[in-house]
Amino acid sequence: MTDVVEPLLAATIRTAVPLALAALGELLVERTGLINIGLEGAILAGALGALVGASGHGVALGFASAMVAGMVVALLFVVFVVWIRADQIIAGTALTLLSMGATGTLYRAIYGSSGAALSIPTSAALPIPGLAALPVVGTALFSQPPITYLVYLLAPALAWWLASTHAGLALRAIGDRPDAAEAAGIAVDRVRSLAVLFSGALGGLAGGTLVLAQAGTFAEGMSAGRGFIAIAIVALGRWTPLGVIGGALLFGAASALQFAFQAMGWNAPYQVFLAVPYLLTLAALAGAVGRARAPASLGQALEPRR
Amino acid sequence: MKRGAHTRTSRRASVAWELAQAGVVLLAIVGTTALLLAAGGYAVDSGLAALWRGSMGSWYAFTSATLVRAIPLMLTGVSVAIAFRAGVLNIGAEGQLLAGAAAAAAVALSLDGLPAVSVIVFALAASALGGAGWASIAAFLRARFGVLEVISTIMLNFIALHAVSYLVRGPLQEPTHVYPQSSTIGDAIHLPRIAGAGRLHIGLLLAVGASVVAGWVLRRTAAGFRLIAAGESPSAATSAGGIDVMITTTLTFFVSGALAGLAGGVEVLGVTFALYENISPGYGYTAIAVALLARLDPWRVAATALLFGGLEAGAGAMQRDAGVPSTLVTVIEAALILAVVAVGALRRRSSVPDAATGPIAA
Amino acid sequence: MTLPHSHDAPVALALRGIDKRYGNVQALSAATLEVRPGTVHALLGENGAGKSTLMRIAYGLERADAGTLLVWNDRVRVTSPAEAIAQGIGMVHQHFTLVPAMTVAENIALGGKGRLDLAHVARRVDELSTLTGFALDPNARVEALPVGAQQRVEIAKALMHAARILILDEPTAVLAPNESTELLRWVRVYADAGNAAVLITHKLREALGVADEVTVLRRGRTVLTAQRDEVTSDALTSAMIGEELLSARPRSIGKVSRSRSSVEVVFRADRLTLSDTTGIVRLRDATFEINAGEIVGIAAVEGNGQRELLRALAGRLGPTSGVLAHPPAVGFVPEDRHHDAVLLNRSLSENVALRGAGARRGMIDWDAVSAQTERLMLEYDVRAESANLAMRALSGGNQQKLVLARELALESSSEQALVVENATRGLDVRATAEIHARLRTAAQNGAAIVLYSSDIDEVLLLATRAFVVFDRSVRELPLDRERIGQAMVGAT
Repeated sequence: MTDVVEPLLAATIRTAVPLALAALGELLVERTGLINIGLEGAILAGALGALVGASGHGVALGFASAMVAGMVVALLFVVFVVWIRADQIIAGTALTLLSMGATGTLYRAIYGSSGAALSIPTSAALPIPGLAALPVVGTALFSQPPITYLVYLLAPALAWWLASTHAGLALRAIGDRPDAAEAAGIAVDRVRSLAVLFSGALGGLAGGTLVLAQAGTFAEGMSAGRGFIAIAIVALGRWTPLGVIGGALLFGAASALQFAFQAMGWNAPYQVFLAVPYLLTLAALAGAVGRARAPASLGQALEPRR
Repeated sequence: MKRGAHTRTSRRASVAWELAQAGVVLLAIVGTTALLLAAGGYAVDSGLAALWRGSMGSWYAFTSATLVRAIPLMLTGVSVAIAFRAGVLNIGAEGQLLAGAAAAAAVALSLDGLPAVSVIVFALAASALGGAGWASIAAFLRARFGVLEVISTIMLNFIALHAVSYLVRGPLQEPTHVYPQSSTIGDAIHLPRIAGAGRLHIGLLLAVGASVVAGWVLRRTAAGFRLIAAGESPSAATSAGGIDVMITTTLTFFVSGALAGLAGGVEVLGVTFALYENISPGYGYTAIAVALLARLDPWRVAATALLFGGLEAGAGAMQRDAGVPSTLVTVIEAALILAVVAVGALRRRSSVPDAATGPIAA
Repeated sequence: MTLPHSHDAPVALALRGIDKRYGNVQALSAATLEVRPGTVHALLGENGAGKSTLMRIAYGLERADAGTLLVWNDRVRVTSPAEAIAQGIGMVHQHFTLVPAMTVAENIALGGKGRLDLAHVARRVDELSTLTGFALDPNARVEALPVGAQQRVEIAKALMHAARILILDEPTAVLAPNESTELLRWVRVYADAGNAAVLITHKLREALGVADEVTVLRRGRTVLTAQRDEVTSDALTSAMIGEELLSARPRSIGKVSRSRSSVEVVFRADRLTLSDTTGIVRLRDATFEINAGEIVGIAAVEGNGQRELLRALAGRLGPTSGVLAHPPAVGFVPEDRHHDAVLLNRSLSENVALRGAGARRGMIDWDAVSAQTERLMLEYDVRAESANLAMRALSGGNQQKLVLARELALESSSEQALVVENATRGLDVRATAEIHARLRTAAQNGAAIVLYSSDIDEVLLLATRAFVVFDRSVRELPLDRERIGQAMVGAT
């Protein structure tokens, strides 16, 4: 029994981590009423950043570069959407396209158009003494690359921050009634910008995780829609940090299960399994019928600047 | 109100103004390309020369590289333009194109013994239905569950990709089962070429026709007016106009999908003659730039589709001859979209309210 | 009660020489306002005079192009609400700035720093309750509170930050008459304690009742500043609307006498029950008839079901149960014009074509539509250079005139039915008078008009019959201001 559950659990967590990172960042953004469609672009930029940063410099610098690369994309979102007040959906889509084109171009320019797979240092599993020895869940949950532990800490931290600080209250208020927040003295644009940059950093880390803790290399378009899946996870998780973790685990499990099914001899074409995350996203979005729980100003056009 | 102080022209539709704007755009594109080439350490002059050569440098390049690419771009451009105009953010033209291509290939390959013209007609009709059907999934999710179509259509793009991958390795695969592609479509069922124009085929007429008809519908018919009103202000359209916004936008979604599907069918019957992965180099995404640059006007889409057709044709030459990655063109297109929405936003801020303007980009 | 009127007396709040321009419109021009401590200062002016703009500048929500701001005699720069709050300025907005889904305590805590201790906030709220005499429940959700209570939360928010200068923007617009009296009484007490209160209002009677000093703005300029007991009501009126328009004011009314001998029923309701979009019942068992040539005025405090009633009469909302008979096409002039009635970025012709667009088939003859639009513009005195102008380019008054023209124009006059909701809100006196005249003329020509205004005096000015909507029921009452006022709050 353990030899089925353990690898399944490990695979679930593995898949869930980048999704959770991206979704936690997007959660804060959406709680301010914005939707960052450029998140996919941030993840991809982070992936390339990780490759560039880690080549010859180690994993830590790889993750740092990933974060910075993601924040660059986020900064562009801030400029176009928060400063210039361009339409956030179109600008976000354009930024994702921009990132796809730029990462592809930069990758080929730096590493040659043959795109040979390179070897870069990867982030090894770091067992937590004691916890890693637990039966069944020990290795799966507590013998993971350090980035996983970041997720374990980040989710409850964000939950506490949202509920128990004035800053968290302010952020939530912006998502419901931005004019009320402004009249109460809150710098609405500044908070939104910071939230977007935060989501860029986490999105970049997600991309870095794909490269440094999973694939071990970069491939064009490797984010494969995870940014959009993260947006679905935020809705599925009812815009709360712990709900987001639950949603990420759900997607992780669905991914992991396909290997189990294949191992058990289900001979569906492999493309079906590849399509599962996207089908699940559609189902999740349709099922997130508690739209009453969405931040009231989500997706609405921003008020004109003074 | 001052009378006769100065009369502003009703619509800035004068030909001179349009040409001037087109000129500015072209300059901007050339300038951006040069900048990016320089930033990437590529030779700017040979890069730009290759861009020109590949797109407009010869009659053959113009007809068989630029115009051929302009056809699917025109169809998907109109598809995206009318959707955006109605407030439906259909980012799924790529998936709808693939669905249409698959449908066209399936029909073309299975209808034996019928006259070629009928097969072509049925295949194209199937492609439109396939695209509309693919779009209807997102339309349904939007209408019934309020799912943001931006996300659902992108998800469907990915699903379509995998579906085509499955089809060309499974049910539609060519008989020797070696290559991931369908059988080749018989010569009789190819879209006839236009004499003296290289690889250019009569799909051009379909594309131009779609652009003309769509523009006319928007300007002159009640249905088109409903579409515009629903996109401008769903609340006013409902309250003041008695318009059923849900029905209007859903129908628009179908038509948009049908046009994108048709693009796929036209590509299969006119250019690729088989179904395989990567039959679209991202036409559905480029279409967004095409539509926005045309300010969501189907008539202008004909021109912007030509522009982007040239860009993509030139990009191929740039890669072959000057070693510039073709992904650079995606960067240029994305930068163009950003420029258009930024200009639109800045214009709204300085509020020039005299002439009637359109949504989003104008 | 009033302090000595001296320029050397310290000011609590002073705005001097304020200019503000929006595009082509000069909203404020050398506007000046000086508020002394311990006073209630009424800022008067008709809609569009610039009162709100001036005070939004004081609160940091807008930035002046020129001018100075003094707070307690010190020159300061206020560029954001946070800075205004730090200076001890509080503002109670016309449209409440509360987060509906959050509790009273959370709303009041908004804008603080550091850790959020809601228990501590709740204790402060209780303290404030005793201090002000407001009954505030810290744990109540704002969206569940009645309008008067929500306004008290707005005020409490300002007081929580120790505001010594309180700006109230049209606070009585949403209150019933007795709630208004209570509020103004509280404002008086607040000022007597040494604070300063600025009362923005367009209601003369109200201002004179409570203010120590008054300032009148007209077209963005300060045209009069005086002690209350130094000016007459007429002097204030002429300052507010300008001498030359005095003759344009609507005279008190000769009511429409029906020229028809037979009575034609246009609207009929029989045990009508209506629900809003969330399914809550807003009107129950209403039974009434409205005839051609009548102007039925609806008097109600906001939120009592009149919104649903108006929309049902206009055919935009179906009955939950019961029967409502109305003509097939009823004109509707909704209160939120920009959101619900017009396409701002489209031309005037397209906006006229909007009516009936849902049912139209085939092609649109735009030449004919333009010609019709031009005719309407001429007939209704809509000042604009051409029918191809964007709706956005018209002034509020001209926009509303065109909307009214569109809603009245399409049927022959004997079949006209019109529902009008706060039609003159935000319009200046001339435009208001024109709209009133159109409505009366339409009724004289046989139209059945249902008119709602949150300004009870406008209702009384125009109506031939009055319905009061209170607590989900409709009653007809004679045109008696006092009885109607009492019925609006259920005090009969």
